[in-house]
Amino acid sequence: MALTTFTSGNAAPTHPGPLREFWRAFSANKGAVFGLVVVCTLLLLALFAPLIAPHAPDQTNSAAFLKPPFWQAGGSSTYLLGTDAIGRDILSRLIHGARLSLSIGAAVVVIALILGVTLGLIAGFYRGVIEVAIMRIMDIILTLPSLLLAIVIVAILGPGLINAMLAVAVVVLPHYVRITRAAVITEVSKDYVTAARISGAGTLRLMFSEVLPNCAAPLIVQASLGVSTAILDAAALGFLGLGAQPPSPEWGTMLADAREFVMRAWWVVTLPGLMIVVAVLAFNLLGDGLRDALDPKLKR
Amino acid sequence: MLRFLFTRVSLLIPTFFGMTLLAFFLIRLVPGDPIETMAGERGIDAARHAALLVEYGLDKPVLTQYGIYIGRVLQGDLGKSIITQVPVLDEFLTLFPATIELAVCAIAFALLLGIPAGIIAAVKRSSWFDHGVMTVSLTGYSMPIFWWGLLLIMFFSVQLGLTPVSGRLDVMHYIEPVTGFLLLDALMAGETAAFFSALKHLILPAIVLGTNPLAVVARMTRSAMLEVLGEDYIRTARAKGLSGFRVVALHALRNALIPVVTVIGLQVGVLFTGAILTETIFSWPGVGKWLIEAINRRDYPVLQGGMLLLGIVVMVVNVLVDVTYGIINPRIRVSR
Repeated sequence: MALTTFTSGNAAPTHPGPLREFWRAFSANKGAVFGLVVVCTLLLLALFAPLIAPHAPDQTNSAAFLKPPFWQAGGSSTYLLGTDAIGRDILSRLIHGARLSLSIGAAVVVIALILGVTLGLIAGFYRGVIEVAIMRIMDIILTLPSLLLAIVIVAILGPGLINAMLAVAVVVLPHYVRITRAAVITEVSKDYVTAARISGAGTLRLMFSEVLPNCAAPLIVQASLGVSTAILDAAALGFLGLGAQPPSPEWGTMLADAREFVMRAWWVVTLPGLMIVVAVLAFNLLGDGLRDALDPKLKR
Repeated sequence: MLRFLFTRVSLLIPTFFGMTLLAFFLIRLVPGDPIETMAGERGIDAARHAALLVEYGLDKPVLTQYGIYIGRVLQGDLGKSIITQVPVLDEFLTLFPATIELAVCAIAFALLLGIPAGIIAAVKRSSWFDHGVMTVSLTGYSMPIFWWGLLLIMFFSVQLGLTPVSGRLDVMHYIEPVTGFLLLDALMAGETAAFFSALKHLILPAIVLGTNPLAVVARMTRSAMLEVLGEDYIRTARAKGLSGFRVVALHALRNALIPVVTVIGLQVGVLFTGAILTETIFSWPGVGKWLIEAINRRDYPVLQGGMLLLGIVVMVVNVLVDVTYGIINPRIRVSR
């Protein structure tokens, strides 16, 4: 709600605008601010990856296999975080990996939002058989273990980054449908919708320009938390060899390659996973903060 | 109560049919001809191809095929693995105990650590312990468990040499499978050495699989406890002069555990998802590893049957949780 009306809020200077009010509630939560900072850092890394990364992500060096990070004996400042089994710079690959992981997160959430909001609006507006059918299908998707369904979908479509993103989007779809439908059902019975309907607004107009903006808050929260799920699931698929394919510097795929070096090269194993945790944690903190700030019912 | 039971259980039927539909049609979406997939790289001549089409019923209309499929599923026939030619259900039942053993230990780990941590965090709200528990549980919740498993192997198995890297039992032991749960079988056979070997193999996978549920249980216990501790009857109990421990352990915990029980039940799906990854990392011979191998070998009947069976398990457990919830919390029953 706050986001859709903030332009008119600036008129009364005694009353802080909704955007400022939102920021005050959000910034009171230290974890959420930390999450935001990390997310922004990752975004910058992703945007300027070719400028920041000291090497190209797939440039190999046959003279530097499995070099340790610079602070360990045998490490050098050329490869700050060491190299992998075919002499690629880990740091550069991690930075380029941020590009992939953030794009995966964003793409999955956008696909799930578009499909989920549409299905949720349809289910909420046309009750009856259509609603039952849509919600039953969503229940079935929710019942199946998420990774299992994603794996089966990827197995059918074939391994690869795009198919992995589609699979994860299908798996997370029910959350968006449920949230939208629940919000639509409460909104539709309100007076402003009746008023709009009486003044002759068509169903599509009612759906998208009257009801949907008022369902935005829970969807924004879900979208932010959804990015973390998407990054985690896509990395899991990559780890199982079903997501992004080598030599792509996706963090999960890098871990799949690293499994055989558990015995002798800790940096190859530790660092990509650390990036996943940090990214997922940041989006979770950000989502929690957004929920507290946007949803007055859950405010402490 | 009977009516409540009936409505809950009757919801299973459409979900079951929906799941068979999904399993049936998803596998049909696999590009390429199923007979040629089965034949593999050797290829197949036209006459044999036609004969096999008839044999597998693939020449009939799709709806008839679905009817035949449903009929077979209801009789417990989920087809045979293309690779081993063993019925899918038999393979599943042989491997499933290993997955359950792992999952039960993981949940035990999550509860034994998560519930006390959640209680203490709630009682000592805003203390350093509370902040610590919340930070750790948020990290646990965000943890990619496949990486967590590798880290634990690297530290405990490779650096310290304390635990084995993979499998369920050292090769020098052999336990006749009776229940399929190695810990139980070893105890019943009186093989102490084998029991400890099995236990050693179990520790790391159970911790890895239990990490996400642990985070959820700790958070849930804390928030449920905080809510209950604010209730009037707790204040009454305190006013009566009962000791702090008695109030927390007897009065508050009982009501706080209701949502926790539900959450544990709903973790079953999460556990199976985790089992796929955990079993792959630790070469644990359960259904998760079996499914991943089926994908790599393009063994579609196994994939189809395994998905359906795991879906049914989750579905049944969810209904059981729902019913238990109705029994321990009568308010739910009435309101529906």
